[in-house]
Amino acid sequence: MSTQSERPSDLVAAPSRFPWREVVLFAVLLMAVLGVYALMGTAYSTRMLVEAACYAILALGLTIQWGYAGQFNAGVMGFVALGGYCAMAFSVPVNQAFWASDLAGELGMVLLFLAVGVLVVVGVSRLHRLGVPRRLSTTLAVVLALLLYLLVSARLDEVAGRIESQFGFIGGLGLPAWAGWIVGGALAGVVGYFIGKVCLGLRSDYLAIATLGIAEIIKAVLKNADWLTRGTATVSPLPWPVPPPGEVGFTLARALYLSVTAVMIAAIFFLLTRAYNAPWGRMIRAIRDNEVSSAAMGKDINRRRLEIFVLGCILMGIGGATLASFNSLFDPQGYLPLNHTFLVLVMVILGGPGNNLGTIFGAVAVYIIWVMSEPLALAVLELVVGLGEGAFGWDAPSNLDSRALQARVFVIGLLISLVLRYAPKGLLPEKVRHHG
Amino acid sequence: MNELVFFINNVIITGSVSGSIYAIGAVGVTLVFSIMRFAHFAHADMMTFGAFMVLLLTLAFPGAGGAVGLPTAVVMLPLAILLTAALAVGIDRAFYKPLRAHGVKPIVMVIASLGVTLMLQGLIRLFAGTGGQRLYIDDRKEIFRLALPFEGARAPIVVTEPQIILFILTIVCVVSLHLFLSRSRLGKAMRAMSDNPDLARASGINTNLIVAVTWMIAGGLAAIAGTLLSLDVTFKPDLSFFLLLPIFAAAIVGGVGHPYGAIAGGFVVGFAETLAVFNWGVLLRPFRDSLPEWLAQAGSLSFVGTEYKIVVPFVLLVAILVWRPTGLFKGKVIT
Repeated sequence: MSTQSERPSDLVAAPSRFPWREVVLFAVLLMAVLGVYALMGTAYSTRMLVEAACYAILALGLTIQWGYAGQFNAGVMGFVALGGYCAMAFSVPVNQAFWASDLAGELGMVLLFLAVGVLVVVGVSRLHRLGVPRRLSTTLAVVLALLLYLLVSARLDEVAGRIESQFGFIGGLGLPAWAGWIVGGALAGVVGYFIGKVCLGLRSDYLAIATLGIAEIIKAVLKNADWLTRGTATVSPLPWPVPPPGEVGFTLARALYLSVTAVMIAAIFFLLTRAYNAPWGRMIRAIRDNEVSSAAMGKDINRRRLEIFVLGCILMGIGGATLASFNSLFDPQGYLPLNHTFLVLVMVILGGPGNNLGTIFGAVAVYIIWVMSEPLALAVLELVVGLGEGAFGWDAPSNLDSRALQARVFVIGLLISLVLRYAPKGLLPEKVRHHG
Repeated sequence: MNELVFFINNVIITGSVSGSIYAIGAVGVTLVFSIMRFAHFAHADMMTFGAFMVLLLTLAFPGAGGAVGLPTAVVMLPLAILLTAALAVGIDRAFYKPLRAHGVKPIVMVIASLGVTLMLQGLIRLFAGTGGQRLYIDDRKEIFRLALPFEGARAPIVVTEPQIILFILTIVCVVSLHLFLSRSRLGKAMRAMSDNPDLARASGINTNLIVAVTWMIAGGLAAIAGTLLSLDVTFKPDLSFFLLLPIFAAAIVGGVGHPYGAIAGGFVVGFAETLAVFNWGVLLRPFRDSLPEWLAQAGSLSFVGTEYKIVVPFVLLVAILVWRPTGLFKGKVIT
């Protein structure tokens, strides 16, 4: 920031210095990546890097919510799943048989009913502007909403059942993958808008509870609405925005995908850093650090909070979409709170909430540890069992593999607790500029 | 008449069962909230932990119940309550107290409690596996069928033994909690601290003791709720994220920091869930002939399928946050 370098006397703390900490940490990270390449081969390691890059987008989304604004989103999984669903719905080939049949028209009718119903309910709820008592209009709207909901859902159930029995599911739109990514981000943003609208004016705990709930609901819908998503049957393959492995080989295809995600991260990083240093970012931080005084300065707190929450959700949707496209598989059951909420949370709080560089570092580092911990946990458990059998003639339970993976749940939880206790600002803390 | 019995079996009894469980869970959450001022996400896993302790004890002493005439799991419950209360106090000492000493924001405590959730979940699953297990190991679940003294009521009202135990225990919990909060010195101190912590400290209330007692009560109630839930269905180690939402919804619907409100909220959420998944078409069946055709033809007239049950507490939560964020009973902490 040019104005500040001209007036160094303004700076009380954090004068510019050589960023030793960043350089050392990223050097260690580079070594780790190279180590993985040496151990596991290029194709596998590149896949890991691409996934880490997708997670970095998610983590950037969470770091602006938690780090910039102090909002805790406990339902990253839901937004990721929404993004993944959009990536699937837009890029999978069109189901010609379904669109040619009558059912497409009937589904359209149901959706039309739904739209009309929503309009009617919204209209009734606004009746108090015409002089109807507010209590009456609200009651009417609720009753009407319940009735219309029953009617529409009964029709939808029927049509959905016929779609499932005749065609499996409605198929995609056959558009390029990036279209789904954009819409995925937008959809996640819309859901985030409504959640934020309800919760952001209240205590921050409520947001955590509500996001946790919406994530489970989104997952339940995607899992059970077979006509939309094929549910547990999963959809694959999803097309890639770059040449698929079948044409150019695994390593090159994944490297191309990696470069796409890297460009996205660079763009997001650049924009976020600009926003952070802009007056808008300063305002967001002011609200985070002292709500009362920023309200006294005339800032519209709830509006700013909503903006940043929606922005974070959009990033999560985009990240989820890139992740689903890359895995080339949409599996609603594969979305787990552990993998898609808490892992991202660890990335952010370990890397440094509010510090974009730290977040990216955290994302890649934690993801490498995460991927490598699976064989490690199995090996440790086998060792323990071997010792136990040798020493006590102990009978090992049969489902050891799945149990060993539970150890990772414990480790993630422990990591969260330890970081909060001993390094609450993360490895690369946010650099707060102090003005004298 | 049979339809009415069906309604009683499927709504009144099921609703009271889940309502009681949510109520006991929500009381713990709301107590922790009113003393420590944060939403304790690890509560559902403390429930699972309590049930798991009961399972272990039942496996260790399978014959103990036969001597008293109760299911072994119920006989082992007091021990599990003690263990879970100890766990709650231990968790507080190890994880929350240092953070409190640092004076962190409440939301950081929420994240810390999520960390504790994951740790507990990992440990429980590591030892218990991921499948469901029955708490009735040796003894059989007794089922009582009460025939109604009416003409034409062929189907009986069905109540199982654990459900009766659950009702009795819920009443015992609620009454003793009420007596504790309103009569005992400690309970009064707790209420004072929830009203105004600084004033409470200034008037010589030992806040550390209150915090410890709160955790004991919360842990004990969590153990009861978890065990009752597992007795009614089965013990599952991975229930917690599905339990959290109804329990928090119950606490918020009742008014956060308001124990009696939490009990009411628990029943509201429990009944809302069962009413929403209940197939209302059953009640229309006797009037089939006099109904318009489109209504009589409708197959299932339930609001949500059982697979979307989790939507119900969420909708309640959102509705209460939109219209009455203080909850039905005017809870305290909002902003």
